[in-house]
Amino acid sequence: MPVEPPVVSPRSLAEAYALLASAPHRPLAGGTDLLVQLAGELGPVPDRVLDLWRLDELRGIRVAGGALEIGALTTHAQLRRSEACAAHAPTLVAAAATIGAAQVQNRGTLGGNVMNASPAGDTLPVLLALDAVLVAGGPRGQRQVPAAAFWPSYRTTALRPDELLLGVRIPIVDGRRQAFRKVGTRRAQAISKVVLAASWRRDPTWRDVRIAFGSVAATPVRATAAEAALEGASAGPEAIDRAVAALLGELHPIDDVRSTAAYRLEVSGRILRRLLEDAS
Amino acid sequence: MTIQTPASRPTTPRLGRAVPLPLRREGPAKLTGRALYTDDLVFPGAWYGATIRSAVPRARLLAIELDPGFDWSRVAVVTADDIPGRNVVASIAEDQPILVPVGGEIRHQAEPVALLAAADRDTLREARRRVGLRTEPLPPVFDPLESTTVFAHHELVKGDVEAALAADGLAIVEATYRVGHQEQLYIENNAMVAVPREDGGMTVHGSLQCPFYVHRALRTGLGLDDAHTQVVQAETGGGFGGKEEYPSMIALHAALLARRTGRPVRMIYDRHEDLAATTKRHPAVIRHRTGVRRDGTIVAQDIELVLDGGAYTTLTPVVLSRATIHAGGPYDVPNVRIRSRAVATNTPPNGAFRGFGAPQAEFAAEMQVGRCAEAVGMSPLEIRRRNAYRATGITPTGQVLHGDAAALEVLERAAEASEFERVRMRTAAERAGRNPRARTARGIGLALGWHGAGFTGSGEAKMGSVASLELTGDGRIRILTASTEMGQGTKTIFPQLVAAELGVDHDDVEMGPQDTSLVPDSGPTVASRTAMVVGGLLVHAARRLKAEVEGRTGRPFELSWRDDARAHGPTRIDERFSPYAGRAFDDATYSGDAYPTFGWAAAVAEVEVDLDTAEVTVVSVVAVDDVGQAIHPVLCEGQVEGGTLQAVGYATIEEIRLHNGRYLNDRLQTYLIPTSLDAPRIETILVEAPFEDAPHHAKGVGELPMDVGAPAVVAAIHDATGTWIDELPASPERIVAALAGTTAPGPPGVSTVSAAASASSSSSMAPAP
Amino acid sequence: MTYRLVVNGEPAEVGVPGMRRLLDVLREDLGLTGTKEGCGEGECGACTVLVDGEVVVSCLVPVCQVDGSTVRTVEGLAVAGGALAPLQQAFLEAGGAQCGICTPGMLMAAEAFLAAGGEPTDASIREAIAGNLCRCTGYTKIVDAIRLAAERRAGAGAA
Repeated sequence: MPVEPPVVSPRSLAEAYALLASAPHRPLAGGTDLLVQLAGELGPVPDRVLDLWRLDELRGIRVAGGALEIGALTTHAQLRRSEACAAHAPTLVAAAATIGAAQVQNRGTLGGNVMNASPAGDTLPVLLALDAVLVAGGPRGQRQVPAAAFWPSYRTTALRPDELLLGVRIPIVDGRRQAFRKVGTRRAQAISKVVLAASWRRDPTWRDVRIAFGSVAATPVRATAAEAALEGASAGPEAIDRAVAALLGELHPIDDVRSTAAYRLEVSGRILRRLLEDAS
Repeated sequence: MTIQTPASRPTTPRLGRAVPLPLRREGPAKLTGRALYTDDLVFPGAWYGATIRSAVPRARLLAIELDPGFDWSRVAVVTADDIPGRNVVASIAEDQPILVPVGGEIRHQAEPVALLAAADRDTLREARRRVGLRTEPLPPVFDPLESTTVFAHHELVKGDVEAALAADGLAIVEATYRVGHQEQLYIENNAMVAVPREDGGMTVHGSLQCPFYVHRALRTGLGLDDAHTQVVQAETGGGFGGKEEYPSMIALHAALLARRTGRPVRMIYDRHEDLAATTKRHPAVIRHRTGVRRDGTIVAQDIELVLDGGAYTTLTPVVLSRATIHAGGPYDVPNVRIRSRAVATNTPPNGAFRGFGAPQAEFAAEMQVGRCAEAVGMSPLEIRRRNAYRATGITPTGQVLHGDAAALEVLERAAEASEFERVRMRTAAERAGRNPRARTARGIGLALGWHGAGFTGSGEAKMGSVASLELTGDGRIRILTASTEMGQGTKTIFPQLVAAELGVDHDDVEMGPQDTSLVPDSGPTVASRTAMVVGGLLVHAARRLKAEVEGRTGRPFELSWRDDARAHGPTRIDERFSPYAGRAFDDATYSGDAYPTFGWAAAVAEVEVDLDTAEVTVVSVVAVDDVGQAIHPVLCEGQVEGGTLQAVGYATIEEIRLHNGRYLNDRLQTYLIPTSLDAPRIETILVEAPFEDAPHHAKGVGELPMDVGAPAVVAAIHDATGTWIDELPASPERIVAALAGTTAPGPPGVSTVSAAASASSSSSMAPAP
Repeated sequence: MTYRLVVNGEPAEVGVPGMRRLLDVLREDLGLTGTKEGCGEGECGACTVLVDGEVVVSCLVPVCQVDGSTVRTVEGLAVAGGALAPLQQAFLEAGGAQCGICTPGMLMAAEAFLAAGGEPTDASIREAIAGNLCRCTGYTKIVDAIRLAAERRAGAGAA
């Protein structure tokens, strides 16, 4: 039986902010990361846990103000079932479908995936590729942080200890296309070796290209050199060759227990090439 | 499922076929949650136990330091000094200590050094953090090819290999194969509860395969006699060899703590500890040099095989023996030389896992045959047809095969059911015409295997197992054996065999508990010997019981047994194993009948390889296994299907990387086995080539499918991609490296080393297990 | 803290730390040991139970999050009088249980699949149990068992 730190389950955001202001708390969403860490004794045990599960204000998916708004406590299963997500963020649906299996998808949340800040977090490259904005709340009110600035270093976020992640805003862009590819060890319940999400427009040159990877660096990353190689370029193999070459120059993955640096780099290039060819 | 009895053979009586097959005996308990596994057992007042392990691969243990700032009065601490008997985990050799003594040598990263117990888990958790180990590093050895400590070695010679290889007109094919560790990954972790008895004895309840192995280990380590030592198997959630030998260690630990505290002590491993500390399949390095004529006849095999035993002997010599004898594969080759050795490294000891050395050896043998076929431009099916053993074939130990040598039958059945040649023509055409930007490639692969049934060599004769059958005074028919149920169906097929002999209903025959105080030592539940050997003893016992009762009553057993019990009282038959007639093995010359007989298996796998990522999907497997006689076809198929998927995992994704001698894949997030979505369609075909010396003709099935699945899958990867992968697992990393020339992962099973590991440091804290 | 649940139709009240895993509450506080622990990190699915009808791994659910919820475990599957439920009977007949340690969780995943009423294809069944590892069966007979149970259920519904 793992260690059981004290926990409090506030019923409103105001109550949650007050608790956070009173003492440091480790926020708990669906538990699919925190309980693994507690059971595996992977790191320090938090002094107090703040259970967010009762905060229904953090649930729900809606389209408002030209954006898809997803509450932080939305589960992966809810993302998979959402018509609004399927319409505006199909890559997010695809990513959610690769996380764990049904049991984990019923509890794990988008907010939890974001706040866990794992470089292998499957939804994070999607949020980067879709120019998502992360909405944080705290005693001083709300603020918005672009995904590109949200994970500054290994397993950290831009939030302050007294802030909570409230939700995610994904701008709805006419003509935007998107794609997602995860490479894992097996077909279900696998942490990724490489994960790729991308979005772009074609007019017919490449426009607004966003290419993001997970599991190839200490944080989820945008492949900005590959993006630049495509931006404004006309369709055709030359631009794709340049983008892949740029990617291979800018990624510096490592060997770890799941895969090797050599494989990650080679395969990152190959799946990007495939994605761009399919998009052509 | 299909059962095929070769037309050329007399049809043997089909046990239980006339009536509906009995359902799994303990199935209802398992399906309702009533079945009690070790961690489900409640012992009032029990304390919780934990193991303090080394955190260095090799060192002198200088001191065990208890933090003086902690209140140790609430915690029981046991070290080597507290062992009343001998500080060895009794096995083949007596080199592995129960706990490393101060002054002794730590030989691997997960070696038990001290034991703790406490009334509650919070105290125990805190206490674990307050134990430090002071050690003096010693240089570790990680590469088996560099190890000079040899546990066992063999040289098997048939004919003259060098002369044969020097002949003209031969293609000489050479390759080296390496396979890594594989974890059994039973879903129930190892678990033991020790209960001290008022008479000074000790009772241990646990998850285990071999009650009398644990029994002997407890007697040796605790200095107890038979009467004061009792081992009871709880419901066991899978074993696959992984609960053959390490449970002895855990039982000793729990018992030492129980002895110290005077209370029951629960030693329940979590998945991390189970993965980090318990035995795995042996990594191996296998070099082949083969001479093959242009007509596909293999004339010479020169094989060198090295097993990495890890830090202690455990069962390694026996694993090596099986690996050696199976190393040439199921082929009748006139000139064979197999040189083998098992060596020590500073990694956790390796042990039994379904197949027991044969899967490693046969992976290499089958890849090599595939290479030979390619070298002479012959179909993989045809080259096997040419060379496979037939009846009267002679193995490298000089064993003459009997009429049940079913290699060709399983081969042809597999080829036919999978349409091997037709699919192979298609995949070859696809490969030839493949667009360079194709996304996927399909391939088909074939493997043929053999598996010696039961113990190797004279093991069974020396053991002299006993199985008993009892007609109790109150008219119950009861089977008494130490053979354990861990999912394979022992508790269903034993009553089935006995009921068929006695002419009674399945439900009329009870299974006695697997409790060493009640049952005879019918040997360990290993080596696919339970159905064949112990099942055979029970058939003999049933015949004797039937004759005795009918002799007394003058009426058929099924009509008279209850009356006989009332009138005559209990009858007990103890049936002791005697060697199968005319089969003998000479340990001194390592020659003769290495096994009573062999089972034969073929597998055909179809794969789809993603050409971007080299992810392999095993689409289907046709598994054909000769089991002598299928006692219970549904359970038998279950063995084939389960073993086949373990082999698919071995071939594709199951890998343990090591650093400084420590397993890095030591959690279920990092050691991955196939899910339902990774599992292929498995079509099972049971072939029955009866083992005539067993009364029920069964050969055993558990290990057979494990030998052929991996080489079939990797041959299919070759068919799809055109590249041979010589290491297991044939991971995407290895396939991409082979195809694209990128940096390959290091060899499987060999630890990487950091600079710090060889530098001299002084102190290390024991990690939380 | 006191938490109230309905477990297999019976109200239950436990006074335990809120971060206690639902798995431990079931096994240790309520004595329902049918639910098994295989890994403690949500990978193996042996501890799968239904919370308000949805499959969860009870090793990753703290009890504070299921206060007021309805929980079903393997002990709640058998029909009145203790007879095997049709799903359990199908597992028994098809050979879907071997060592039995994954079986309770597998049954709960299958139960949720059957309750959802989807088409029992090979693919949909395999997807439904992808979070439940089995090392004994190769999954073939588990898939067969679930399909058999689904067919019987459909047949019974039509009759």
